[in-house]
Amino acid sequence: MTKPMQSVLFALLPIAVSLLITALLIIIVGNNPLEVVHLVLSGAFGSSTSLGGVVNFWMPLAFCVVGLVVTFRAGLWNIGIEGQLMAGAIGASYVGLFVRDLPTPLWILLAIIAGAGAGMVVSLIISVLKTRLGINEIFGGVAMNALVNVYSIYLISGPWQPPEGGSAQATQPFPREVWLTPFSQDFPVSLPYLGLLFGMIALVSVLLNNTRWGLQLKATGKNPRSALLLGVPIERSTLTAFLLCGALAGMGGAHRVLETYHSLRPLISGGIGFLALLVVLLAGARLLWAVGIAFVSAAILTGSTRLKIALQLDASLANVLQGLVVLCILLFNGIRERFFDEPRAD
Amino acid sequence: MAGVVSCAFFFYSKPLTKRTRIKNPMEITLKNITKRFGTLIANDNINLHFTSGRIIGILGENGAGKSTLMKILSGYQPQDGGEIWLDSEQAHYRNPQGAVSSGIGMLQQDPLDVGAFSVLENFIFGNNALPTLAKARQSLAHITARFGFQLNPDDLTSNLSIAQRQQLEIVRLLALGVRLLILDEPTSGISASQKQQLFSTLKELAKNGMTILLVSHKLEDVVALCDEVAVLRGGRIVHTAEMPITAQELAKTMFGDIKPPPPRHSVKREKPILRLTGHLTGGRFNVQVSDFALYAGETVGLVGLDGSGQERFLRAITGLIKPQGGKLWLKEKDHTHTPYRRLMREGVFFGASGRIEEGLIKGMSLTEHTALLTEQDLTIQWQRAQNLTQERISHYQVKGKPQSLIETLSGGNQQRVLISLLPDTPTVLSLEQPTRGLDVDSASWIWEQLEARRQRGAGIVFSSAELDEVLAYSDRILVFFDGKITVIDDVTQVNVDRLGELIGGGA
Repeated sequence: MTKPMQSVLFALLPIAVSLLITALLIIIVGNNPLEVVHLVLSGAFGSSTSLGGVVNFWMPLAFCVVGLVVTFRAGLWNIGIEGQLMAGAIGASYVGLFVRDLPTPLWILLAIIAGAGAGMVVSLIISVLKTRLGINEIFGGVAMNALVNVYSIYLISGPWQPPEGGSAQATQPFPREVWLTPFSQDFPVSLPYLGLLFGMIALVSVLLNNTRWGLQLKATGKNPRSALLLGVPIERSTLTAFLLCGALAGMGGAHRVLETYHSLRPLISGGIGFLALLVVLLAGARLLWAVGIAFVSAAILTGSTRLKIALQLDASLANVLQGLVVLCILLFNGIRERFFDEPRAD
Repeated sequence: MAGVVSCAFFFYSKPLTKRTRIKNPMEITLKNITKRFGTLIANDNINLHFTSGRIIGILGENGAGKSTLMKILSGYQPQDGGEIWLDSEQAHYRNPQGAVSSGIGMLQQDPLDVGAFSVLENFIFGNNALPTLAKARQSLAHITARFGFQLNPDDLTSNLSIAQRQQLEIVRLLALGVRLLILDEPTSGISASQKQQLFSTLKELAKNGMTILLVSHKLEDVVALCDEVAVLRGGRIVHTAEMPITAQELAKTMFGDIKPPPPRHSVKREKPILRLTGHLTGGRFNVQVSDFALYAGETVGLVGLDGSGQERFLRAITGLIKPQGGKLWLKEKDHTHTPYRRLMREGVFFGASGRIEEGLIKGMSLTEHTALLTEQDLTIQWQRAQNLTQERISHYQVKGKPQSLIETLSGGNQQRVLISLLPDTPTVLSLEQPTRGLDVDSASWIWEQLEARRQRGAGIVFSSAELDEVLAYSDRILVFFDGKITVIDDVTQVNVDRLGELIGGGA
């Protein structure tokens, strides 16, 4: 078997196998898999409105994914992405709730900047804990996720609660001026924000592949001890990778409140940060692959919300499929390493 | 499987106090063994035949294909083509366990034992033929007594010396019924007396029917031990011969002619380029550096038992660790708190002994390595970096391409890449065992490169376990022992034996 053929085969096989298993599950519970596929696809792409829903779910996910590609390149497990996303939502909410009398574009811009800044603060804490005190970024990240979540609940039920009394459901909605303007009624997507996302993808791609910083990041991620001896400022690499990721996740969080909810709610992230980790793992930390897979995930998740109504099937079927894909990919990677990869000369 | 069981059973049931007969001596035939790594042919149609009871030296420079061939024979790697015949049967094992079942065992350069296990636990590891711990203990005692090994069954393996770990591995392989024993560079890292003991053990084993393959680039070991030799070059057998042959003749078949070490030169000790004071502490040592000064154009060799502080010293003079209560000066400027990365700009360079663990980066190409050190702008000009890499590849005769990942290169070529990354006119080169694991030819090539830089004014500090090398290249020698550094200013006044005594603490 030739090398490229092998690569293609090992990319497609796990997806095929997990689709097959999911199809079997659907048959076992007494439904037609083709019908399910049809429903999911039409739920995602059936109309421009549903496509808009997919894109709006995809955007914060994609921001996180882009950020995680950066931290993965630096060899970091940024579990704290969830907290960085939530912090972004809190930062943007502050601007939405308490800043007044700004022209709309400037106001929104300020909200995005506040979101990015808040995300950076969280990632800065995690990275300083790591570089200065030697606390693994996974522990720091998990702790910050919990902290930021609790803090958002405190804000919603405390200082930021609506004047009519706290239901702990949400803050009061932001003024309309700071909501993102949809492209149209039928396609409710903010094009400038989409532009911002594409700009960030391009920026990160250039940073990683064409700058000294990106190369140093790669060296730090692959072997910090060697990187140090080759003159790489490894602490600075770690710190800056975290900061960039925090800013990107913060922009994703800002999108959650400025576009989707128009207020701050508990669990504002909806697990998007963790989903982003999964996506980046699947994509092997390759930027464009990751962004693409994020879109497919967003489509399946958004599309499957209609399953319940139409077929009495739980929408968590999409999660089952996702879990299966991850397991299968890991399994097939293992098989490939075990049986197909050549051992290397030494 | 039955073979292992019966062989191992044989060992424990018939105490080995009198004779260590190898049951069923074995003839091994390699037919057209071929192995490729990408475009590189590591083994090219190798045909060899080994008769039992003989010690065969497998020789060749780094990258000649010795290790690959031994890995194939011992089941660590499958061959791409060719056959292995044991007596009149073709062998089809696919892993080391399978090879051991067929009677082929390999003693790795770093013995593959489990540090957290006791000697006894390692001994029974993977051996299903020892029914009880008591029997295993008995069997271990018999074999160790037979060869005069000092192995306490209850000692932790992590506390053993390399020589003892080798003994343990030999004993373990014997109990598994191995009839062909492969040893990869067994004499690196063990003392002269331990070497004598190992050699007498091997001779004894051979006398009793064991076939022994000795992979080594230490020619004197081969001369002392082997009955025949096979020399590999570029993946092919270029020479096979019955011993005795002198080391000089062997070296010629391996490399052609060897260059002599450089003539002595004189060092002008006026202004030091580097000074270091302070304490260096580590696991079991606390070395006081009163005032070390390094001069331009000088080579200083560091010797001492492993872990006596040489590694810390090499790192301290390059700013990688801070001397306690002391200072580091570079060209009379205080650089105690300057990180290594900044000192690099002053021409200071540290090279660690573990090439791929510390120094090179697995998963990155040669061009990326070059770019890390040479591209100083915000953005990287990949074309420029690639051209420079190509130039260096030709200049340093590296077998690889600019886009090759570093781990696809052989050890010797990785070392060449590391040297190619050194600045052309460094101030201070601090090198940890720069020729470790390299054959004579590669080592002398490395020294040519270092000498060129020394002549351009670099001060070189290096450590080495090869005392010959230290004596040949050093202008001064620092001996590390028991927290003290003894300076030998006139290298011509000492020889290898004297240096050996000093390392062990002799007055």
